[in-house]
Amino acid sequence: MADSMQLCNLSENNFEQCTKCSICTTVCPVAAVTTDYPGPKQAGPDGERYRMKDPAYFDKALKLCLNCKRCEVACPSGVHIADIIQRARMKATMGHRASLRDTMLANTDLLGTVANLVAPVANAALGLKPTKLVMHSVMAIDKNRTFPAYSRQKFTTWFKRHAAKAQDAYPNHVSYFHGCYVNYNFPKLGQDLVKLMNAMGYGVHLLEKEQCCGVALIANGLYKQAMRQARVNTASIRQAVGTKGHTVLTTSSSCTFNLRDEYPAMLEIENSDIRDGISLATRFIYNLVDEEKVKLIFKQDYKRRIAYHTACHMQRMGWQLYSIELLRMIPGLDLQVLEQECCGISGTYGFKKENYERSQAIGSILFKHIENARVEAVATDCETCKWQIEMSTGLPVENPISILADALDVEATRRANSAGD
Amino acid sequence: MIIVGGGATGAGTARDCALRGLSVLLVERNDYSTGATGRNHGLMHSGARYAVTDGESASECISENMILRRIARHCVEETDGLFITLPEDDLQYQQTFVEACQRAGIRADVIDPAEARRIEPAVNPDLIGAVRVPDASIDPFRLTVANLLDARLHGAETLNYHEVEGLIINQQRVEGVKLLNKQDGSHVEVRGRVVVNAAGIWGQRIAQQAGVNISMFPARGALLIFGHRVNNMVINRCRRPANADILVPDDTVCVIGTTSDRIPIETVDDMRVTREEVDVLLKEGIKIAPSLATTRIIRAYAGVRPLVASDDDPSGRSISRGIVCLDHAKRDGLEGFITITGGKMMTYRLMGEIATNAVCAKLGNTAPCVTANQPLPGSEEGAPSQSDMTKRYSFGQRAAIGRHGSLAARIEKDNDIDNALVCECEGVTVGEIKYAVHQLHVHNLVNLRRRTRVGMGTCQGKLCSCRAASLMGEFRHDVKGAQEDLAAFLDERWKGMRPVAWGDTLREAQLTAAIYEGLCGLDKAVNLQGKEDVQ
Repeated sequence: MADSMQLCNLSENNFEQCTKCSICTTVCPVAAVTTDYPGPKQAGPDGERYRMKDPAYFDKALKLCLNCKRCEVACPSGVHIADIIQRARMKATMGHRASLRDTMLANTDLLGTVANLVAPVANAALGLKPTKLVMHSVMAIDKNRTFPAYSRQKFTTWFKRHAAKAQDAYPNHVSYFHGCYVNYNFPKLGQDLVKLMNAMGYGVHLLEKEQCCGVALIANGLYKQAMRQARVNTASIRQAVGTKGHTVLTTSSSCTFNLRDEYPAMLEIENSDIRDGISLATRFIYNLVDEEKVKLIFKQDYKRRIAYHTACHMQRMGWQLYSIELLRMIPGLDLQVLEQECCGISGTYGFKKENYERSQAIGSILFKHIENARVEAVATDCETCKWQIEMSTGLPVENPISILADALDVEATRRANSAGD
Repeated sequence: MIIVGGGATGAGTARDCALRGLSVLLVERNDYSTGATGRNHGLMHSGARYAVTDGESASECISENMILRRIARHCVEETDGLFITLPEDDLQYQQTFVEACQRAGIRADVIDPAEARRIEPAVNPDLIGAVRVPDASIDPFRLTVANLLDARLHGAETLNYHEVEGLIINQQRVEGVKLLNKQDGSHVEVRGRVVVNAAGIWGQRIAQQAGVNISMFPARGALLIFGHRVNNMVINRCRRPANADILVPDDTVCVIGTTSDRIPIETVDDMRVTREEVDVLLKEGIKIAPSLATTRIIRAYAGVRPLVASDDDPSGRSISRGIVCLDHAKRDGLEGFITITGGKMMTYRLMGEIATNAVCAKLGNTAPCVTANQPLPGSEEGAPSQSDMTKRYSFGQRAAIGRHGSLAARIEKDNDIDNALVCECEGVTVGEIKYAVHQLHVHNLVNLRRRTRVGMGTCQGKLCSCRAASLMGEFRHDVKGAQEDLAAFLDERWKGMRPVAWGDTLREAQLTAAIYEGLCGLDKAVNLQGKEDVQ
């Protein structure tokens, strides 16, 4: 009888399926560089038992977790270890006021909006040594960090002025969740996506309303704001996927992971009806090529040696293969696939003064691999990995979409994909 | 004077005697708290459970309950308890119950079922009635050790692994005990003016050795330990006591129990839990908290209640749940021998007081009993406050303070090694292991587990046991001994898992076996056959 009753042991976050094998701890980038962090097994499933006894047993060492999710990828029992840790942090800090520093780092879109208006001044000021020292001492943002440069023109402004009108003419359509980085810092990536999709015969459309996905808000404890923004985004995506029948494309692995997986797991926002409608652009394009729905034709004279770095959240989704295989379609590209290692930045984590040294220690293995690969550039799907690798190795880092757009013979591709051709 | 038995009663008696200035030796044939003391619910009764059927026990419980909250703070968690009425129960009984509680002096507040669901979300949502009482959770291992520590602090000597082989009797007077040292096989005789038999259910054998007869009625109870807490308040059924009607949150786990079966005295050492017992516990347990149906069970265990026949009824039909103190001089004409038995872990202090009063009467000692007011070591004032805990102490240090109270200050924590976790499930550091081994009479890993919770978590010793064994081997300069101890410990852990070995508990056990046997070859290195069962 007992065995028929106890068919499964399944409590919240399935932490009791942990058999304490400790594989997660062996892949944890934080535990590898500091004894201050007890590792995902102890911080997650083990600590959870104590926190259930009394929330006062919350261990402040949990703040050292990067939320890179490597533990979840490694777990043979499918325990959502990082989710357990993040939710514990959430419960422990719910209702606390975030510091000015954390609020500023977390509000990537607010900061972007202001900075765009005064981009040259902001870029210059943020790059000045005195500014950095003030930020280091007053704001506890590490002086070694450089803020990503802000663009003079937002992506959305460019899109409305130069691209929006032409999109309806294409036979197929997708929506695009551009994210803060594309909008405020690097509109070129969005432009590259539009160029690529258009050449394949796909019109690109913005969502009805897009707000910052909130990945940094969650990481910095601004949960209420994260929930508000998540609701807005989920409603817009639901409209695009449900009403218009669009797939919603993204060009940032962290935004994608947040929209698809962290919304339900962290913010309890139900999205199972639209989750499959959200896809990283490389995955979407790879599938189109694979199903022979589109053809990509590349420039004959393109020649580069590039290393691909798998961002941690990319690995959690298991989607790095799409980006890698798509890049491998470029004839002139010598692609070196790096062993998956965490770069150490983890969004806003590495910007904080108290985390800087740990962040660099974590990334050192990856930086060594990159150095050994002797490449001219690095490709990755995550913008914060990009900043970290650029700062730490001096090499340029590009999104696979930009590399594809650069290598693409646009005219030939357009002709190959036009109806009746 | 000599006390036989290192359970809560023996330890409580030793403390009381030592505090009244007597010269005390306590002997225990196994480890401390291995009998009924370590094999119950860990429930600090308010007395409500006995209120209807046994008013006297109920009054004793509530009075001791209030005392233990003061003197044993670090062993007690003030959870409060609920007595719930389910649709299949008679709601009329609630009225009878509340009135009986009031008569016994137990606060019993009838609360709305919705309020019960709010304060204890794990409770069966179908409940139709609830009463809130001052039940709590208590750690009997800590409680026993704290009493022993205080006894030693006041001059007592305590020996575990010393078995009484016989009593020294001279002209109708017990003058001492013959002991077997189970660790080195040596024999020793110790003399004292009074021998107190506090051996629980095994007290019948001790009495036989003195040639007197006590009729014990062993009642066996089985319990299940779940991997984590589902409830933070004690939950009882509001009905006449029956099988599996109490769910207690104990430290990091929760425990459902018990069954109750009369067993022959010859079988009291057989603690194996049967499949039928597991089934009954689960079937009834999920009525209290439905989530138990899908919560991982980590162990099953059983204990034996030392019920005793009322002395004026040699037939044994009338059994007392109350405390029985026998002065064998008056009863059997045998001087220098006292038996303290019956009662409950909950009333150990009172039993100690009663036994010590009897001893003092014999020895002409007039010192008053102070055990009701003097805090146990670990429960003195000055333990860190809750907010201090989160700010100043690491997770492992906080877990240790939870276990040892103010005594945690004795645990070394000045470097990374001492702060490193040996047991990750229960947060036991290297420093805590050192403290336990050097100061709390630890001879093997099983002892260590009772003092610290090493190996009591969901992995049941998978990761911590080899780390702890390695430390023990280092302290004792005995690698082979540590290896044997490790094998015996893992074997002991498996025994408790076997009755519930399905699902994740089975996966857990299989991984443990794969590591220690398959990978490390422990079964080849150590032959446990023929070794005496450490339990």
